[in-house]
Amino acid sequence: MRRSLLFIPGNAPALLINGNYLGADSIIFDLEDAVSPDEKDAARILVRNTLRHMDYRGTGTIVRINSIDTGYWKADVDEVLKHAPDLIMLPKAGCKEDIDVAEAYLSEAEERLGIEQGGVGIIALIETAQGIERAYDIAGASARVKALLLGAEDLTADLKCARTKEGREIEYARARLVTAARAAGIDVYDTPFTDVEDDEGMRLDAMVAKALGFDGKSAISPRHLAAINEVFSPSLTELDYAYEVMDAIRKAAEQGTGVVALRGKMIDAPIVSRAKQTIAMAEELGIGR
Amino acid sequence: MRSKVVSSIREAVELAGLKDGMTVSFHHHLRNGDYVLNTVMDQIADMGIKELTVNASSLFACHKPLLGHIKNRVVAKILTNYMAEEVGREISCGIMDRAVEFRTHGGRPSDIASGRTPIDVAFIAAPISDPLGNCSGKYGKSACGSLGYAFADAMYADKVVIITDELASYPLMDWSIEETCVDYVVKVDAIGDPAGIVSGTTRITRDPVGLVMAEQAALVIRHSGLLKEGFSFQTGAGGASLAASKFLKEIMLKENIRGSFGLGGITGYLVDMLHAGCFEKLLDVQCFDLDAVESIRKDPRHQEISAEHYASPGAKSAVVDSLDVVILGAAEIDTDFNVNVHTDSNGYIMGGSGGHSDTAAGAKLAMIIAPIQRARMPIVTDRVTCISTPGRDVDVLVTQAGIAVNPENAELKDRLVDAGLNIVNIHDLKRKAEHLTGTPKKPMMGSREVGKVICRDGSLLDTIYSVR
Repeated sequence: MRRSLLFIPGNAPALLINGNYLGADSIIFDLEDAVSPDEKDAARILVRNTLRHMDYRGTGTIVRINSIDTGYWKADVDEVLKHAPDLIMLPKAGCKEDIDVAEAYLSEAEERLGIEQGGVGIIALIETAQGIERAYDIAGASARVKALLLGAEDLTADLKCARTKEGREIEYARARLVTAARAAGIDVYDTPFTDVEDDEGMRLDAMVAKALGFDGKSAISPRHLAAINEVFSPSLTELDYAYEVMDAIRKAAEQGTGVVALRGKMIDAPIVSRAKQTIAMAEELGIGR
Repeated sequence: MRSKVVSSIREAVELAGLKDGMTVSFHHHLRNGDYVLNTVMDQIADMGIKELTVNASSLFACHKPLLGHIKNRVVAKILTNYMAEEVGREISCGIMDRAVEFRTHGGRPSDIASGRTPIDVAFIAAPISDPLGNCSGKYGKSACGSLGYAFADAMYADKVVIITDELASYPLMDWSIEETCVDYVVKVDAIGDPAGIVSGTTRITRDPVGLVMAEQAALVIRHSGLLKEGFSFQTGAGGASLAASKFLKEIMLKENIRGSFGLGGITGYLVDMLHAGCFEKLLDVQCFDLDAVESIRKDPRHQEISAEHYASPGAKSAVVDSLDVVILGAAEIDTDFNVNVHTDSNGYIMGGSGGHSDTAAGAKLAMIIAPIQRARMPIVTDRVTCISTPGRDVDVLVTQAGIAVNPENAELKDRLVDAGLNIVNIHDLKRKAEHLTGTPKKPMMGSREVGKVICRDGSLLDTIYSVR
């Protein structure tokens, strides 16, 4: 479960040692944009040591490496791979070939380091117009690709439009990414909301993302995590409904009834599937019945 | 018109009859902007008076010149409730023959009132005074708000000198200290630097770890069973404590809980809570910022109190004994919940109890907020370098890595577990801290006693030794 994914700069030790206490479902250790070129090596070592020594049980770990058109990314992979992050985040994923390049190097590195082949997954950061248009190809490029994440800041620069709080300019990108991920059967996460002070705007933005079908949302400030977690957790109404659905299905099975209705509506397979997902998530969060 | 105004501090010192070996006293309401202590001590040194005891409610970085007066034997002994590291570091090196006596904000007026620590001449900085000594901290260019720590000095000292930079016509209304106690008044150009006296509005921490702890702290209060109609509360001016107040305010407003009073060093944030209806009253022994000063001047619900009224263990009753919850900090806390706020991990003096142990003893719930490690040092440790507040008075420790409840308070633990909070064993917090930092070597302390921590009941709580 990744309702919230928090970016932490790879060269910020005070945050690295406390990342697991901030309330994020996953931490993204950033070796890319948050780290200046002269700090790249230090950040790499700090993130490696964090993965090696810190207790991140209960919090997922993702490392955003530098993009494959830089001279840094292979060293990033070499440094962190042995310490088993959950996912490697590949920035500026624009096409299937980008995933192929990363995949090939990950496999080579795994062999060289003597670790399980295919053990680490990829989360593709989609932040270019090309990436949006080829999102489905990227999502299906490799079994390693476990999720897509939208990066709206770079994307809007590429689209030559202004980034706004309302987010009209990324409506298409959001919908396309969700559709591509769902079609490929993987997860999809929304772009961060960048105004740290605007709690209400942040909550609304998360609600929009949830309504579109995103599994969770990334954040650049710990301050946003509580709202994101709340929005992407099942509400009590949703949970009650899910239990009602499952009760109705069970009763129908006991009575041998074929068609099941609840509150005047037919319950079909997708509704049951969603009810099961809601209950599973609630149980993982410890709020199930 | 009668007047007690004399021409200079020197004249006041002469008239007060100050002699070698006597005790002089000062309050710390002008905080790090205070000019009065240094000016008076320079004058006394000029007059050749030696071997004095200085009883100052607190000593800040601006009081560093006092070290010179220690070295030239003008000052032989210090009694205080707090000593900033700029002064404390040299004291820890053993520059005094006699150990500094550290009391609490309640213990000091109690011992002054009982005669255990008599004062010969009290020098009281007052932002406004009339010629007969009716004075206040609420008005004037150097306004600091409450004069709570100066009341005992005014009432019990043999001679009382008011030092002001604003002389008002007689009678000054809305006085704090009244003329009945005052012998002399001195007008000077400035009693302090306003920039150091009170800060602007204190800001809530933006540190994400601090915010995590603050939110947990507010939840502890919410589920403690104490957050109900009539709730009373004190917190410090630190960033995480203020953030906890913010979260607490949100809970109180959402659940429509109206508290009775906020206590303490008052910040703009508690003033906000008063305005929002979280409390009916504020009891103020010391103002921390300009918002608090303005509020105590204008709002009748915001009442100045003396340090005796605030926290004296010798009084027939004191406000701390009616307090529900206090949020406090710690330089170190050990697995028996003893807290150190006097020394750093190397043993150097850098603080003092202030109201820490008074409120911990009085409040129904004394909560410490502290990260498990700071700057590569574990904060949760086997044994604190110095016991400032005994563990028996501390109920709960809130860290970023979980909440540890004192085993003595099993009921609180049960409540917090039932509420689903992350309750952990304090030994686990220590282990987590040491996993990050390693187990530090204890500092090598010298054999010379440089500080004595006097418990509220007058017993010796701990001894601070020189640093080698």
